[in-house]
Amino acid sequence: MLPPIFGVLFDGIAYGMLLFVLSVGLSVTLGLMNFVNLAHCAFAMIGGYVTVTLVNQFGWPFLATLPAAFAAAAVTSVVLERLLYRRLYRASDLDQVLLTIGLAFISVSVAAYIFGTVQQPISTPEALRGSVQFLGLNLGKYRLFLIGVALVVTLALVIGLEYTRFGAQVRASVDNQRMARGLGIDVDWTFASTFALGSGLAGLGGALAIEIVGLDPNFSFTYLVYVLIVVSVGGLGSIAGSFAAAMLIGISDIAGKYYVPELGAFLIYLVMVVVLMWKPAGLFGKR
Amino acid sequence: MKHMMYAGTAMLAAALLPGAAQAQGTVKIGVISAYSGQFADTATQIDNGIKLYMKQHGDTVAGKKIEIIRKDTGGPNPDVAKRLAQELVVRDQADILAGFTLTPEALGAASVSEEAKKLMVVMNAATGIITSRSPYIVRTSFTVGQVADTLGKWAATKGGAKKVYTMVSDFGPGIDAEKFFQNAFKSAGGEIAGSVRMPVANPDFSAFVQRAKDLNPESIFVFVPGGAQPAALGKAFAERGMDPKKINILSTGEPVDETAVKALGELALGRISGWHYDYNLKNKANAEFVKAFNAEFKRNPDFFAVGGYDGMHLIYEALKKSGGKTDGDSLLAASKELKWDSPRGPVSIDPATREMIQTIYIRKVEKVGSEIVNVEFDKVENVKGM
Amino acid sequence: MAQPTTTVTPQSYLLARGRWHPLEIVFWLATLLPFVLFPNYLSLASQIAITALFALSLDLILGYAGIVSLGHAAFFGIGAYSAGLFSKYVWGEPFSGLLVAAALAGLLGYGTSFIISRFRHLPLIMITLGLGLLAHEVANSAHWLTGGSDGLQGVRTQPIFGVFRFDLYGQTAYAYSLGVLFIVFLCARRLINSPFGLALRGIRENWNRMPAIGADSRAHIRKAYTIAAIIAGICGALLTQTTNSASLESISFQRSADVLVMLVLGGAGRLYGGLVGAAIFMIARDQFSGIAPQFWYFWIGVLLVAVVMFLPNGILGGLAKITARWRRP
Repeated sequence: MLPPIFGVLFDGIAYGMLLFVLSVGLSVTLGLMNFVNLAHCAFAMIGGYVTVTLVNQFGWPFLATLPAAFAAAAVTSVVLERLLYRRLYRASDLDQVLLTIGLAFISVSVAAYIFGTVQQPISTPEALRGSVQFLGLNLGKYRLFLIGVALVVTLALVIGLEYTRFGAQVRASVDNQRMARGLGIDVDWTFASTFALGSGLAGLGGALAIEIVGLDPNFSFTYLVYVLIVVSVGGLGSIAGSFAAAMLIGISDIAGKYYVPELGAFLIYLVMVVVLMWKPAGLFGKR
Repeated sequence: MKHMMYAGTAMLAAALLPGAAQAQGTVKIGVISAYSGQFADTATQIDNGIKLYMKQHGDTVAGKKIEIIRKDTGGPNPDVAKRLAQELVVRDQADILAGFTLTPEALGAASVSEEAKKLMVVMNAATGIITSRSPYIVRTSFTVGQVADTLGKWAATKGGAKKVYTMVSDFGPGIDAEKFFQNAFKSAGGEIAGSVRMPVANPDFSAFVQRAKDLNPESIFVFVPGGAQPAALGKAFAERGMDPKKINILSTGEPVDETAVKALGELALGRISGWHYDYNLKNKANAEFVKAFNAEFKRNPDFFAVGGYDGMHLIYEALKKSGGKTDGDSLLAASKELKWDSPRGPVSIDPATREMIQTIYIRKVEKVGSEIVNVEFDKVENVKGM
Repeated sequence: MAQPTTTVTPQSYLLARGRWHPLEIVFWLATLLPFVLFPNYLSLASQIAITALFALSLDLILGYAGIVSLGHAAFFGIGAYSAGLFSKYVWGEPFSGLLVAAALAGLLGYGTSFIISRFRHLPLIMITLGLGLLAHEVANSAHWLTGGSDGLQGVRTQPIFGVFRFDLYGQTAYAYSLGVLFIVFLCARRLINSPFGLALRGIRENWNRMPAIGADSRAHIRKAYTIAAIIAGICGALLTQTTNSASLESISFQRSADVLVMLVLGGAGRLYGGLVGAAIFMIARDQFSGIAPQFWYFWIGVLLVAVVMFLPNGILGGLAKITARWRRP
């Protein structure tokens, strides 16, 4: 029999993994492309609504909707990237903020218009409901699943960005655009696909989040703060950093609420402020 | 820029034609609600209740045409609500203020209703103090105390609960619920095993549920606001192996609202709650109400919707009684005498407090056919607001 | 910014900057128009004036010193609550309430400025965000003092000078807010066109170089941050006094984010940017939400996107560019 601390730890890790999947895309776009995309959670919301609609209206199995959620968010983001974002790559941060906040506003009311303001219920497959007994702990099956997905995503990203040709092109385009062009890299295409990847991951995160935190049109803003916290604590552009930060935030949130509930709401903000004062560039940040 | 010019022109036009739309035979109702933002669904359902009532009963009462002016506060902003109330009174010449999704909105507008002597119908906001803030406020929803106090008494006497652990959201209504439930439960002979207050913005409940589980109480009382949290809390109970069929999980209506019960499915079976309305209530008025509501809005009504619906009923009947007079004193006097059969059962306005006197139903989540719903199995009649 | 052709001393440059442009006079005269033209919109006008002042205070640190803050509402909220509590427990005279709010917000601003001045860029934004959210949680958990999510009860503001009570039409409220806005604006204008203001702009442009020419960046940032906090506290107090309410929304992340959007919309780094941005945002919001209370976000969003696309650097920044192009032969 394990004491409850392990259960708390497990829940914290699972919650952290959810935050990781939601925010890693932003870390990629913000860190690699230097674009402040505050509409990131709007792409997550697109993924969420795609999953809800496919499950509830068309009877798709939950797992099959996950790639669709990724694809829908990625495609939408590419369209927006070509139309709007592209023109602001060299603009000031503040203009980028204004554009993306504007898009987030639009996403809120479009979602309210199409899907209504109601909380969207979702029923996950039987295999992911309830919990399994492990040495006296109740481990939620869905949480185990979340952890699994997050590990796969991390592995794929690390391999994809560190060891493939595409990853090398992305890093080259970021480091020196002009030189990259000179070497024959299609920088436009590279940026667009990086952006699609980041937003697609947000879409996946949105779909996975419904089971834990629900979905309504305000999603674009509700989790923005958490996502920003994870990205900044982890360090821009660092996948390992986001992973570690998400774990840290998830565990300290859950453990804080368990041991000192009076501090429950304060803790993650305190952790963030303390970490950033200690390491302004984030845990794994370079700058 | 085009929008700006449009906005500017609209402002100019409105200013140059003060009260141009003011006709003798209209009664203007200004509805102040959080139509946008986090609480948008509450406002939407209240609005649906208003729309349905007007569709069923026509838009003319006592020879006057009813006109609704909707204003968005965007959330719990007392300053915005106050400004909108002022504007409704001075600019739009509204006769009645209504809506009010959230307590701060109602408190912000209360002083305007008092100063301008306008009837103010609170259709949702449920903190006890609201009606004391202006003599012209009448409430057609409920008060948190009304429900929590009744449930506390019931749990200790008929519910067989002896030791309860309470878990509430750390904000006004949650603290009210905790206070009223604990007091009623203790004075009826029960014992409080412990309590915890959870942050309002709380996406994950596993830590709090684990705390409850460590104490191993025989009963738990919970209060969280509607939205995403009820389902999240229910799932956290299930993951910790706390089965409502084995452990008494008591609550007000929000934690077992329709969205939560649908999302939880079988996991919700056995949850007990005290509440004043459910779409599944068995009475004639409700059967018709639910049917019409579904036909109109393709979803079930909830307690927000019935608050709006009954609010409109109160306004219509008060206007009939006052013979179409719209001053605050006539409407107030008329509404104090009202008594009617609402979809939630027989209700009346308590002339002393201007609150609803209504039945509180004790329900259990059960499977009826293939659907999982709240089924009433006991009730406490004529409960006064507190 | 016009390029000087002959030799200019910093003094003459500042003097030239400090001269009143005719458009400025027109602007301030126009703020009196609502009394005559829109007598039914004075409550809105009053809240616009308060928000405009709030945006101006953010501009002092963001536009001039380059500190992007996502937690500026903390000072607004401190001002709002302290003015409310002052009127509840001490007395309801409005001007003394303003001073108390300004002092408390300034004190907190000075205290946190030691943290703020050590950071730049994203960490700075996130630290201000974190401090703002912490302030919000403190206000929420101190139910006994602030009334928690129900808002502070029992705020009673006395008439101004004991004569002008805050009326239903909002005449007193607008006159009061506008008066305070104008006075604080004059101070801010003076400050910006002083050597101190010039040093701030220098810090914004090159943080590392300023100490080399004898201006201690951190000390300047601390001063600017404290001043901005004082002004934000005054704004909060104004809102409390003109509405007799103070709530958690006054100290929320949303308020911090909204004011940032308004400032950037109008044009950061320009004295009138915040004023214009606040007015346009709030009038647009009022009009759009009058038409579609549930979907006004859509139109505001379209407005923001359109401004970024066609008028980069905010409305005033964009207009300045256009007029400059037009003037060029």
